[in-house]
Amino acid sequence: MKKTGAQILCEGLVREGVEVIFGFPGGAVLPLYDTFPQYPQLRHILVRHEQGAAHAADGYARATGRAGVCLATSGPGATNLVTGIANANLDSSPVVAITGQVATPFIGKDAFQEIDITGITLPITKHNYLVLDVKDLARVVKEAFHIAQTGRPGPVLIDIPRDILQQEVAFAYPENVDLPGYKPKFFGHPAQIKKAAEVINSAERPIIIAGRGVIISGAFAELRELAEKAQIPVITTFLGIGCFPETHVLSFGWLGMHGMAYANKAVHNSDVIVAIGMRFDDRATGMVSAFAPQARIVHIDIDPAEIGKNVRVNVPIVGDVKNVLQALNQQIIPGEHMEWFNQLDKWRQEHPALVIRDSEAVLPQYVIRQIYEVTKGDATIVTGVGQNQMWAGQFFFYDKPNSLISSGGLGTMGFELPAAIGAKVGRPEETVWCIAGDGGFQMTMQELATIVQENLAIKIAIINNGYLGMVRQWQQLFYGHRYVHTQLWGPDFVKIAEAYGIPALRVKDKVEVTPSIEKAIEHNGPFLIDFVVEPEENVFPIVPPGASLIQAIEIPKPEKVTGLG
Amino acid sequence: MAVTKHTLVALVEDRPGVLNRVSSLFRRRNFNIESIAVGHTEQPNLSRMTIVVEGNDAKVEQVRKQLDKVIEVVKIVDITNDNPVARELALIKVKATASTRSEIIQIVDIFRANIVDVSPDSLIVEVTGDEEKVNSLMDLLRGFGIREIARTGSIALTRGGAGPLQVEEVKAPKQLPKPSIREAETPPDW
Repeated sequence: MKKTGAQILCEGLVREGVEVIFGFPGGAVLPLYDTFPQYPQLRHILVRHEQGAAHAADGYARATGRAGVCLATSGPGATNLVTGIANANLDSSPVVAITGQVATPFIGKDAFQEIDITGITLPITKHNYLVLDVKDLARVVKEAFHIAQTGRPGPVLIDIPRDILQQEVAFAYPENVDLPGYKPKFFGHPAQIKKAAEVINSAERPIIIAGRGVIISGAFAELRELAEKAQIPVITTFLGIGCFPETHVLSFGWLGMHGMAYANKAVHNSDVIVAIGMRFDDRATGMVSAFAPQARIVHIDIDPAEIGKNVRVNVPIVGDVKNVLQALNQQIIPGEHMEWFNQLDKWRQEHPALVIRDSEAVLPQYVIRQIYEVTKGDATIVTGVGQNQMWAGQFFFYDKPNSLISSGGLGTMGFELPAAIGAKVGRPEETVWCIAGDGGFQMTMQELATIVQENLAIKIAIINNGYLGMVRQWQQLFYGHRYVHTQLWGPDFVKIAEAYGIPALRVKDKVEVTPSIEKAIEHNGPFLIDFVVEPEENVFPIVPPGASLIQAIEIPKPEKVTGLG
Repeated sequence: MAVTKHTLVALVEDRPGVLNRVSSLFRRRNFNIESIAVGHTEQPNLSRMTIVVEGNDAKVEQVRKQLDKVIEVVKIVDITNDNPVARELALIKVKATASTRSEIIQIVDIFRANIVDVSPDSLIVEVTGDEEKVNSLMDLLRGFGIREIARTGSIALTRGGAGPLQVEEVKAPKQLPKPSIREAETPPDW
């Protein structure tokens, strides 16, 4: 039976299990939009800016583990997706981006709203397609979803010229993909797994560094089994938060620039590191040449290119984390490392990282902690980028699998609100908190309209310090206290929210923090709280850029605190 | 770590844009291509890329792995340590007068190179061989005045056997492989 390109695309989306598309229409995709009414099972969410569509698809993908789909027209629509696609790429998020393109006779003519989006997104997608023949479309859709969701997930872009959407061809959706150059390795090599088990079994001061790969692979139980069986403390990366219960006795915080000082110390002094589904990002390792000098490193990752990229690795294992851990756990001898744990506990006491200092002011750390207390940890937290993000990582305890959604690799301010939309759409029953900074919020706050139009009960907490806080902190610590262009005037966020029809509160007093959070949760619908916090509060610890992990600047002693800012 | 020249050979799907994907990856990973040569293979849907790069082992290995992730790259191997037969073709336009022409021809003969064009004031020399041979001939001709050079970049095969790039999934070609006359002419160890 003959179908148009637009129908073929919709048939493909339905067959791939797509429930929702975050999109914004325009000339080149009009044939597709005209076809949507024939496919009511495809829910379309109209964003207010295409960047929001890409972040929402990313947030949806992270919340559900399934591909998130965003859709934009050619030209500016497509370029507006770019930041979101790059964000998904760096954090290995399965996003399928569909863009319209000018009709094939116009390609290469600098036609109205023509842009070479496959060229632009070449380095920031796992793969991309420009469909020049409607006969290829079904295969391309099938391949795109396969590539996006298997192996190390990532974004795939499909660029479709307008005339291809209109042309008719006999439709048959392929059962399988034929990609001779794409064969992800799912199972680790048995000899390597054996070697890894030997290294782990003989360790005296072992640690696990677990990353987002554990979450993507769904290896929560396997990681826990390994940690408990071998008695190894689990340190996560920032994006690995939520792969291991943080209140578990073996949980030992997260490492890196703003990681807990005791966790960084543990990494530095370990003799064996079991790195699982993580990529030794520079924000995690600090100065690479000084990283864990005594450690033998077992590195498990599905992407062979990550092994040996940043740090030397002694036992590489390429494979899906879940499968590898299942095989590895069988060869682990139950162990105990009492001396090591005593040392770790001592460090934890000597280097407290999660203490909130006494203050009458509304401290951002206190706000996050109260959100934790009120929700009892039963929430999905979506953050912006900067101080709000680090505090959200530090002062909320993530016991639920995959409960933190944050832009790690690209560090995209403005991610929070649209990603929260995606998360809420993917987890409609869950309480979704969007933790925003006043800077990042102003980058994508137009999506408040989307929230209202779709009636998404997202709770928004703006950590409003009137600064681009993290940049200000760097200026304070590393640029001689010169605050150049980081003081930020903001609008009245309560009035903004109310203008969109979202009830809102401003909190300037510490005693109002908890009741306001309770009120936000009780309200059946979206709610915004503008927390006016201590303006020059800093994120500690902080490993200065270029320094080793053990050179962290820790929370200043109380008497020094008054001198800060 | 020592910086050496590496020869990477990639079998890629014969589709538009593949060369762009490969070359842009080099740029993005801050890695220089010394030469790249692309041509058809014995298999109809595959092209072969021979890429010569300079770098230490770890960096080249990283690039090989990144290239392997390009969906259309079916297989990629670093054949540097497999003692490959590597050849490139160069066309060299050299200034020639009545008094220098015969001397140039003599040099060309020694190198088993060919004169493929004779003009009143220049010759075009065609030379095939490994990089060192081509460089040596160019050095000798430089004294006469080189006007223009076109080099193909290296192509390479490993000796004997089926080769490291054997792709099982791809069916054997129906047409007979073309005999490689030029390789027979030039001794492997020139």
